[in-house]
Amino acid sequence: MFGFEAIDLARFQFAFTISFHIVFPAFSIGLASYLAVLNGLHLLTGRDIYLRVFQYWKKIFAVAFGMGVVSGIVMSYQFGTNWSVFSDKTGPILGPLMAYEVLSAFFLEAGFLGVMLFGRERVGPGLHFLATAMVAVGTLMSATWILSVNSWMQTPAGWAMNEAGQFVPEDWWQIVFNPSFPYRLVHMVLAAFLTTALVVGAVGAWHLLRDSTDKGARLMFSMAMWMILGTAPLQILAGDQHGLNTLKHQPAKVMAMEGHYDSHPEGAPLILFGIPNAAEKRIDHAIEIPRLGSLILLHDPNAPMAGLDTIDDDKEPPVAIVFWSFRVMVGLGLAMLGLAFWGAWQRWRGKLFVSDWLHRAAIAMGPMGFVAVLAGWITTEVGRQPYTVYGLLRTADSASPLQASAVTASLLSFIVVYFIVFGMGTFYILRLMGRPTQTTQGRLDEGPIRTAGTTPAAQTEKKERQDGV
Amino acid sequence: MAFDLAFIWAGLIAFAVLAYVVLDGFDLGVGILFPALKDSREKDLAMNSVAPVWDGNETWLVLGGGGLFAVFPLAYAVVMPALYAPIIAMLIGLIFRGVAFEYRWRTHRAQHFWDKAFFGGSVLAAFAQGVALGALVQGIEVENRAYAGGNWDWLTPFSILTGVAVVVGYALLGATWLMMKTEGAVNDHARRLAWPTGIATLGLIGAVSAITPFLDNEYLSRWFSGWTMAFTGIVPLLIAGCGWLLFTGLKSGHDTRPFLAALGMFVLSFAGIGISFYPNIVPPSLTIWEAAAPDSSLWFVLVGAAVLIPMILAYTAYAYWVFRGKIDPDEGYH
Repeated sequence: MFGFEAIDLARFQFAFTISFHIVFPAFSIGLASYLAVLNGLHLLTGRDIYLRVFQYWKKIFAVAFGMGVVSGIVMSYQFGTNWSVFSDKTGPILGPLMAYEVLSAFFLEAGFLGVMLFGRERVGPGLHFLATAMVAVGTLMSATWILSVNSWMQTPAGWAMNEAGQFVPEDWWQIVFNPSFPYRLVHMVLAAFLTTALVVGAVGAWHLLRDSTDKGARLMFSMAMWMILGTAPLQILAGDQHGLNTLKHQPAKVMAMEGHYDSHPEGAPLILFGIPNAAEKRIDHAIEIPRLGSLILLHDPNAPMAGLDTIDDDKEPPVAIVFWSFRVMVGLGLAMLGLAFWGAWQRWRGKLFVSDWLHRAAIAMGPMGFVAVLAGWITTEVGRQPYTVYGLLRTADSASPLQASAVTASLLSFIVVYFIVFGMGTFYILRLMGRPTQTTQGRLDEGPIRTAGTTPAAQTEKKERQDGV
Repeated sequence: MAFDLAFIWAGLIAFAVLAYVVLDGFDLGVGILFPALKDSREKDLAMNSVAPVWDGNETWLVLGGGGLFAVFPLAYAVVMPALYAPIIAMLIGLIFRGVAFEYRWRTHRAQHFWDKAFFGGSVLAAFAQGVALGALVQGIEVENRAYAGGNWDWLTPFSILTGVAVVVGYALLGATWLMMKTEGAVNDHARRLAWPTGIATLGLIGAVSAITPFLDNEYLSRWFSGWTMAFTGIVPLLIAGCGWLLFTGLKSGHDTRPFLAALGMFVLSFAGIGISFYPNIVPPSLTIWEAAAPDSSLWFVLVGAAVLIPMILAYTAYAYWVFRGKIDPDEGYH
């Protein structure tokens, strides 16, 4: 297609499908935990408001989770279809980690999801809470295993090579807990919580703008602002630590992030903005603060830092993409911190629920967690090019022996299908979010099961509603 | 060797695939029969009967794929490019029918669209699985640890036949599942659908079984010589027995027996395929031992599987137990 080789198309397909996919787990990891907290608070306090907000977000979770499941199945088969050489070579190491993900996480989520969505009246509030908690645990286990997989590809450890050219395990402990894994796990799980808190906060803010007495909206907004206040500073700290870890293991990636084409023997500047110029290997129009780069990364303003001039050209990542995506992520992180402080200040003044401009800002920040997650993943994934297994297996040597026509056909199919399916799904989610928390009447509010009334749930819930829940 | 780990794992992967086929089989079958259901009320009921469990059912497919990657990476690396088009088609089918479970309830205007997506996605996924099976049975060309054939090798009259067979077989599972889970008009309707799908399933099992031994001399010798000949005699008899149970069950108004009989047919057909394949994992030449990951990988996953699979079976059974019994249409909300 347009003169692209099969490998380029396969790379584009992977980037496209994984970018769509990561949005859903980033949301469902956080939302599952939020639902478990709401369910638990209801169980503990008996206050109906928690259950009402739980029911509100449960429907949104169901749609998002469904999209995550189907886009995830595509990922689990794509390794084989488009990256068969990679699969053959890394299967003995990465396969078992993914098998653990399926066994310990996917089944747990799927097994208890049905009970969580449809079974409250059948199992009672206690077991229903347990089911919700199991779904939340499942999403976190899943994140743990898949980030271990990704981290091993970035910082391979505990391996040997057999005569067939496969990576084989030497030490499973070193493989699972490879050098970048703890940092990546913390950074991603915090990102998921932060992303979800921003979405929940935006929805709460949206409804507060219409009716600042809406109890459900108040609860959501208040909980979300506490969560952002707690996680945004932590996330910046975790990101910094992750960056130091990357500097140790993948210095070329950090050079691209920082835009350091040249080495700085007497302390590197921090380049705030500029236009990477790949042909001339320099940053044009750079706005930089002298020596701050060395201070942040090496804790010494005069520490020498190597630049991309020390890396062979065929081992360099593409600088411009990494440079920009990193700045987008950091910028949004700082904006989140700003929102957190603004919210805390308004709360201290007792104006959390009536501050229109805060609410507008929270709405504007609603989708920014997703943007930051994508920008962060683009930074780390493009930054580790040209390798699939860092320093050991090149991306160009990982692909399946496919003809470009086959990859073109599948790529176009995925693009069309994803835009239809996930476009509609996003629309349905936004429509669910647009509904205030009080009104839950009508068919479109119901999930499968309840409309047809397979359980006494419908009647009980209806009764709860009449009782003024 | 004290333990033949590759053999144990071949058994576990086979179990995962079988679990997938029978579990997702009935919920894909409900999708395949969707247009045959009368009105939106019947469709609601049918979808509700599988809504709480479909996600768990589909996870077995992820285990089949992920497990293959983990313990037989070479087989995974060879089979996926060889079956490229059917696998992609299956994934796209699963996307449409998977999201339809939720989307259908989120819209009035586009409900008919998602009903069609549920049907179309289910048929496409089932057909693609059948085609993939047929193409695998025919054999896959391997050279230097990679697929050595072309884009279209999977497409033959035989693979189309197996594709149709899987669609029809899933429809039978779906019809008998609906009989088991519903009452009244939907039950009658499902029973009427079970007859033709049952007859067609038996016919297609027969046709595929009759052709398979002649695709490859090794299949012929496996079926018609040595100790496996005993199975050659027994398996068709048992399938016929399941057919008898199915049709007498349908006739005499049993609600559960036809579903169990249909499950029996699938399990037996699966065993038949297993006999044809063993000890290959990718016919005609790649054996389970050649494709297996090193023992350290197999051990590592086996420890977890030994603990986790019984737990999975237990809480899956619990989820089915929670949603047991008939769906009562009169216990309504409106």
